[in-house]
Amino acid sequence: MNIIIIGCGKVGEALAEQLNEQGNNITVIDTDMKKLNSVSSKCDVMGVNGNGATHLVQQEAGIESADLMIAVTGSDELNLLCCLIAKKAGNCKTIARVRSPQYSKEAPFLKDELGLAMVINPEYAAAAEIARVLRFPSAMRIDTFCRGRVELIKLRLPENCPLVGLAVKELSSKLGCDVLVCTIERGDEAYIANGNTVFEERDVISIIASPKKANDFFRKINYKSKSVKDAMIVGGGELGHYLCDMLVNDGVSVKIIEKDPQRSDELCAQWGGAVTVINGDASDQEVLLEEGLAQTGAFVALTNLDEENILLSLFARSTGNAKLVTKINRIDFEDVIKHLDLDTIIYPKNITSDTIVRYVRSLKNTQGSNVEQLHQVIKGKIEAAEFIIRDKSSVTGTPLMNLKLKSGILVAAILREKKVVIPRGSDTVEPGDTVVIVSDRSELHDITDILR
Amino acid sequence: MNYRMITYILGWILIFEAIFMVLPAVTALCFGESAVLWFAATAIICLVPGILLTQIKKPVNKKLYSREGFVIVSLSWIVLSVFGALPFFLSGEIPSFIDALFETVSGFTTTGASILNDVEKLSKSMLIWRSFTHWVGGMGVLVFIMAFVHLSGAQNMHIMKAESPGPSVSKLVPRIKTTALLLYSIYFVLTLVEFVLLLVGGMTPFEALNTAFATAGTGGFGIYNSSLGGFSAYIQIVVVVFMLLFSVNFNSYFFLLKGKPKEALTSEVLVFFAIVAASIVTIALDISNSAGSMGKAFLDSSFAVSSIISTTGFSTADFNLWPELSRTILVLLMFIGACAGSTGGGIKVSRIIIMFKNLWKELLVMIHPNLAKKVKLDGRSVDHETVRSVSVYLVAYVLLFTASLVLISIDNHDLITNFTAVAATVNNIGPGLEAVGPTANFAFFSAFSKIVLIFDMLAGRLELFPMLLLFNPATWRK
Repeated sequence: MNIIIIGCGKVGEALAEQLNEQGNNITVIDTDMKKLNSVSSKCDVMGVNGNGATHLVQQEAGIESADLMIAVTGSDELNLLCCLIAKKAGNCKTIARVRSPQYSKEAPFLKDELGLAMVINPEYAAAAEIARVLRFPSAMRIDTFCRGRVELIKLRLPENCPLVGLAVKELSSKLGCDVLVCTIERGDEAYIANGNTVFEERDVISIIASPKKANDFFRKINYKSKSVKDAMIVGGGELGHYLCDMLVNDGVSVKIIEKDPQRSDELCAQWGGAVTVINGDASDQEVLLEEGLAQTGAFVALTNLDEENILLSLFARSTGNAKLVTKINRIDFEDVIKHLDLDTIIYPKNITSDTIVRYVRSLKNTQGSNVEQLHQVIKGKIEAAEFIIRDKSSVTGTPLMNLKLKSGILVAAILREKKVVIPRGSDTVEPGDTVVIVSDRSELHDITDILR
Repeated sequence: MNYRMITYILGWILIFEAIFMVLPAVTALCFGESAVLWFAATAIICLVPGILLTQIKKPVNKKLYSREGFVIVSLSWIVLSVFGALPFFLSGEIPSFIDALFETVSGFTTTGASILNDVEKLSKSMLIWRSFTHWVGGMGVLVFIMAFVHLSGAQNMHIMKAESPGPSVSKLVPRIKTTALLLYSIYFVLTLVEFVLLLVGGMTPFEALNTAFATAGTGGFGIYNSSLGGFSAYIQIVVVVFMLLFSVNFNSYFFLLKGKPKEALTSEVLVFFAIVAASIVTIALDISNSAGSMGKAFLDSSFAVSSIISTTGFSTADFNLWPELSRTILVLLMFIGACAGSTGGGIKVSRIIIMFKNLWKELLVMIHPNLAKKVKLDGRSVDHETVRSVSVYLVAYVLLFTASLVLISIDNHDLITNFTAVAATVNNIGPGLEAVGPTANFAFFSAFSKIVLIFDMLAGRLELFPMLLLFNPATWRK
């Protein structure tokens, strides 16, 4: 596909990199020549210097032959204008990043009236992800498939875990757990699990299981798992605002700490009694302790400073047992941060780019591929794709153990008539099923691609 | 430095060199020449290390940075030339290896300067190999490889930037591979059209192919001692037109194909044609007495002007015998050269334009010390990096020129010969004036001077910096 990306910040760059790797022709527009040079020396994309909201520049970037235009500049208005112009100048689908809640509320209207294919709000998407994690606090991250029926849960093995030393195939015989282990991350390496993989201490694993069996599994491996009753949020920005909304809906009692008195007043006015707004400086440890950091079920650090978020979470780790969620804006140090003991880390920028990449992949459905949904389980290494099996093919009808699968491919779940099947060797894939495939290769376009 | 990646790409160069041998080998078979053996031998000599370096074990780390890009390009061209000289040397048709190397470098860099006193003595397959090196070198061998082989993804841009001429290299389409393929398609089609037109004019297929290759690469190796002097006016006009076409920025053709004629006519192209027109008229008037008729004067003048400014170096009339004004204009044209992004050499018209605009800007700044002004080209401002690199390029150019001039003056030839010999090699033209004039050749230089000139040709084709960086120890440090 020919894709134009306007705005070459962190999100634009991440998008250019990922979409380029998936074989799209990318043109990036930005006013800053330096940024363009840096992105075009990192990946095979063309840079066009200029204001992306002007017709001339869009023409230069080849808007007439573009299939998709993505506007991710820093300004909402500019993004919307880019989309409008692209719509008139060419015949492409358009995606705008819109972060202000005022516009965001009108997203459906904007989509219809301006003909946008997608309006993405990074803060809202991040809040939704945090809320999902807090519903199931034992996990580091949860991806959902098949409209939420299948959950892929990622967790770090706890200390003194009985799993350590066991091989994957011994799970059901030794522990009596019926879960499917998909991936194992060890240090910087990531593998697709096979029967002979042996668990080691501090592994990060991802599993697929029904909620009940997952809880059973957590209990057996000494993993603390209680749903969050109360949460403490530091930072009352937009993300905090959205998150409060969602948590209040889930019946969680929320305490939000905000430094700015004026913003605190605004926040109080929103919810009345359901949310406790504390006007204070969270970097003051006394404030946190006084508000019950040691007892809280979840601690969410959402200030605008990455360093402060990390330090706050580490402090919370040392004083209590809370489930930690840390927001990080800069994605450059992902590799360093993941070695810290910080439970869940939320990168709003990655969420934005992942959502868009997923959309682009699904756009390609009409161009021969039938990937329904796509999640990056481990960034750049392992992804999970959802396929709908429409017709009979070489994959259907044969028991899985008899299929000649490529290496690094795992059939992780089968959804048949609204029931989730965790596949075993004797199961088969039938037309009408939805299948989740976990793989370490990103060139899966059709379900038959999993065969050798 | 990613040494493994460098050797990997050099391996590909050798494989492609072996593939290039197919054309002269087939020619040798067609004409029943024994030289086919030497081409086959060279192909095998290239293939063995080539396959060892590329196929046995692929490099794990494919990362390239700009310094690797520069080193890869300069080493590739050296390796390409050394192995390309083997057929001449092994067959004994050019007995001295330095001479064979000079001829091959002159071919690949599209210079067209020769050390052969009698070109017509060479076998036909050697002649086609000479001309073919022009065609391969014109658009760039690494660009050619990139069109077919996946080398290292995005970082290929570093290689393309180092190999393609001009102050700022950009892509035509998002993918480098597609860009390379597009450039070569345009190049191929233009060459084909010229080939057909030359056939129509009565050339034999062999003559037409040689001439088309040499024009397309703006090289200028002739297959007769009189270059193109013996051919009809029609042939000469076809060659004039194509010499000019190949010295236009190939981006312009891309825009023409896309139906955007306005964007194709950049100020660089306009200035280029203005310089060509003005020079043709001046020289035609200057030589009208000696040429006989006005028509002949215009034909000779336009041939010489396009041949020099496109840096091809074909000749019809002996411009060494022309009046001083004409000779001086031709020497100036040598330095201007073709447009950026073409197959021609020289300083490039766009650099000259940027240089003059920058000079104008600096003059204005002297009058208004707080003036805010940017150098603009085609309505958009040229960024500071580009302006700076143009200035640095000129400095490097002058230094290299001076050093070469001093070094070859050891041979004790006259100044005009030495000066134009350096100008003709650094700018990849071919003939100069006096002892290296259009009817003469470079055979009389000492081996040392030839090595200096070989370096000049390579440096000129690769726009100085890649070759100069080879001598900076910091380039090689880990």
